[in-house]
Amino acid sequence: MKPLKPTSFSRRSFIKASALASGGILIGFNLFTACKPDVAPPIDISKLNFNDFNAFIKISDEGIVTLFSPNPEIGQGVKTSMPMLIAEELDVAWKNVFVSQAGLDTENFTRQVAGGSQSIRLGWEPLRQTGATARQMLINAAAKKWGVDPSECKTKEGIITNANGDKLGYGEVVTEAAGLEIPTDVKLKDPKEFTIIGQDIPNVDIDKIITGKPLFGLDYKEEGMLYASVLRPPAFGQVLDSYDDSGARSIPGVINVFTIGEKARAYLKQERRSWSVKLGNSDKVVVVAKTTWDALKGIKAIKANWKNETPLESTEDHDKALFDLLDGNEFNTRRSDGDIKTAFAEADKVIERTYEAPFLPHNCMEPMNFFANVTADKVHLVGPVQTPAEAAKVVASMLGRDLKEVQVDMTRMGGGFGRRLYGDFAFEVAEIADTIKKPVQMISSREDDMATGVYRPPTKYKIAASIKDGKLTGYHLKEACINGNMYGLIPNFFPAGAVENYQVDTASHGSNITTGAWRAPYTNFLASAEQSFFDEIAEEMGVDRIQLHLDLLQNVKGTTDERIQYSPERLEGVIKLAVEKSDWGNAKEGVYQGFSTYYCHNSHVAEVADIVMKNGIPIVKKVTCAVDCGIVVNPLGAKNQVAGGVIDGIGHAMYGELTFNKGVPQSNNFNNYQLIRIGETPQVDIHFIENDIAPTGLGEPTLPPVGAAVANAIYAATGQRLTKQPYMNNLKIEKETL
Amino acid sequence: MATFNLKINNKTVSVEAEMDTPLLWVLRDHLDLLGTKYGCGIGQCGACTVHVDGNAMRSCLLQVSQAEGMAITTIEGLSENGDHPVQQAWKEIDVPQCGYCQAGQIMTASAFLERNPNPNDAEIRNAMHANICRCASYNSIEKAVKEASKK
Repeated sequence: MKPLKPTSFSRRSFIKASALASGGILIGFNLFTACKPDVAPPIDISKLNFNDFNAFIKISDEGIVTLFSPNPEIGQGVKTSMPMLIAEELDVAWKNVFVSQAGLDTENFTRQVAGGSQSIRLGWEPLRQTGATARQMLINAAAKKWGVDPSECKTKEGIITNANGDKLGYGEVVTEAAGLEIPTDVKLKDPKEFTIIGQDIPNVDIDKIITGKPLFGLDYKEEGMLYASVLRPPAFGQVLDSYDDSGARSIPGVINVFTIGEKARAYLKQERRSWSVKLGNSDKVVVVAKTTWDALKGIKAIKANWKNETPLESTEDHDKALFDLLDGNEFNTRRSDGDIKTAFAEADKVIERTYEAPFLPHNCMEPMNFFANVTADKVHLVGPVQTPAEAAKVVASMLGRDLKEVQVDMTRMGGGFGRRLYGDFAFEVAEIADTIKKPVQMISSREDDMATGVYRPPTKYKIAASIKDGKLTGYHLKEACINGNMYGLIPNFFPAGAVENYQVDTASHGSNITTGAWRAPYTNFLASAEQSFFDEIAEEMGVDRIQLHLDLLQNVKGTTDERIQYSPERLEGVIKLAVEKSDWGNAKEGVYQGFSTYYCHNSHVAEVADIVMKNGIPIVKKVTCAVDCGIVVNPLGAKNQVAGGVIDGIGHAMYGELTFNKGVPQSNNFNNYQLIRIGETPQVDIHFIENDIAPTGLGEPTLPPVGAAVANAIYAATGQRLTKQPYMNNLKIEKETL
Repeated sequence: MATFNLKINNKTVSVEAEMDTPLLWVLRDHLDLLGTKYGCGIGQCGACTVHVDGNAMRSCLLQVSQAEGMAITTIEGLSENGDHPVQQAWKEIDVPQCGYCQAGQIMTASAFLERNPNPNDAEIRNAMHANICRCASYNSIEKAVKEASKK
């Protein structure tokens, strides 16, 4: 297994401190410079430029600590858990800590992105180092005051003490601390000494959320702000030909109607690199109005004519293209061990199955929106985006502005799931604001949000296994996907390394439908396919499915193959924990169990689904979920992520599907697209492996395996192997039981 | 444009709006009551739930002209200090993930508990079924409604 290397960095290169005019200290740091090679600029506080930083600790002379959290919050809890890491090493009481969302530093960002479940993994070392450095500066200031050696001083919850029994609060030494040199040799706590990490800390925005305070993108308002809505092509492949806006203009609140698209296209031509502006091929009609309602009514009143620019695609076209790829031989081989040809030729038995999944929209509860105000000296953007740096860069380029003139402020996001990685809404509103030169908020209706989205691409897998002398000797996975293929690490996930003859091949079909990342990209369906297949392999071999996994993992232990991403020991750990906690194999009568396990996003997960049948319909009653994500920073938030991932995974595996007819998405609101609701929701029973390993991601890894856990349980109950999602559309329901 | 007199959170307010404007947008755009959220606009998701004469209703489906004379309560008016038993339970259980749908969930739950102060699990799931949480915080919602019913 590839060891998780400790992050190397220099504190000097990313921490600076300054006294505040109002009293107190401001410690600025660039979390992301910390992860780069040492650049070590000299520290000159008089020339401190806080634009260099994307995160700050402010300690007032009353000892109140404010932490400015650098990463966008999409509901994954980093606005709470990342500051916990700083506060732990700073050694302050969490009740005296306030957390505020930091703005975007447009010059020195490297990873101000919420995605890939990486925020905590990458922040683990540098954030604690920052807290520890700040603490040491405060100790040094107190020691100087007392005339003692800093090593004689201790801290607890924001109070510094020495051997003589003297006491000083952090607030009492902040001014002195600001003038001291930044220490470079601080020691981090042993995990046993943690007082904040590992505690249940509620969401820092909880009071605002439960009382309805403005927090989200759509809640942002400015004096004189107008509202805009955008009419985009109804079918992928179409562009605007002409339009009649007289109906829209007759609505009293409508102020202006015009088109945008030119700047996005010019950018696309010049840069050619950005997936973010795929939606920019066509001109779009914008209605600017005094209220949201006027703007939404306005675009409905536009009579537009569209022309076909590229062929209009339907679901049958995609199915055919992907099946043709699977049956063809135009593959890229992504990993190849041994010789699968020989293994399959010599096998006693070969099994082969095909698995299918459809397009999925993200359906964030807060529809896509963004605010912009373009003035002579500034472009101000405000809203929910997972990639603020990318948005700033593209907008600067589109509007011909200096990057320094672009300010992006992030709001809390009403869900992300990958959709807000694509900043198309920010580019649209920038072009709108550039035209009207007034503050404006662009809002997509739910229909526009769902039908002009960036979708999880449909994927088909053909997986074959060879069995000889009761052993799994060969494993061959072929992927056919729209607009791309699995990323490079995936071929090295389980069962890579466990099967002697192993090969992963991929092929892609280009489509004009916009596709992109969706919570746990690729693995969100791959895990369902592979873990359903393993259930069949075990059955064919006549062995217990748990034992099959444990036996295969034995083959990986002690491997010298550095490409292997997962740890066989840690996967074994979660499998055993899930088996124990789910009482696997001892289900009550009428309860059917399905097992699944997966590694992705640096975390290891095993799940058991318990289902019952009611009138021929499977009801998922419980999912036991065992997780190894290293140290659990905030168990309360972690459990929310785990349960959310499991239930989200079940919902989409069972019900989620977006089909196309001649380029037009066939669902556009929650009356014709089924999201899981509370009545279909199982209880998620969550168990974490306890260890002292550096923490890894949690926003995504519990989602991928659950589809197979459910499918395998449905097989146990009905004898039907479900290979095509959404499962509920493909389950044959016995008539007599209805 | 017409003038409407609305009774919102125990105050009478006068707004100028088009007759067909949904109460949702009057609350958000005209009155700056931003806690009530837009999710679908067709009464399917529950993010815009408010109390109208004590009943949980979708403010996206109620036109401002129909709302005159009714007592409307939004999340901002549910309690003076954010300490309604449902809000307390939501905080204790730490229900929200992204948080966007939660005002609607709280308004549905509070109207439900007013009618059925001691619900069983099935009744809770039934009452909350019309509110979507895309982050799937459903286990916590169920727990919090139960907790609130004990207060």
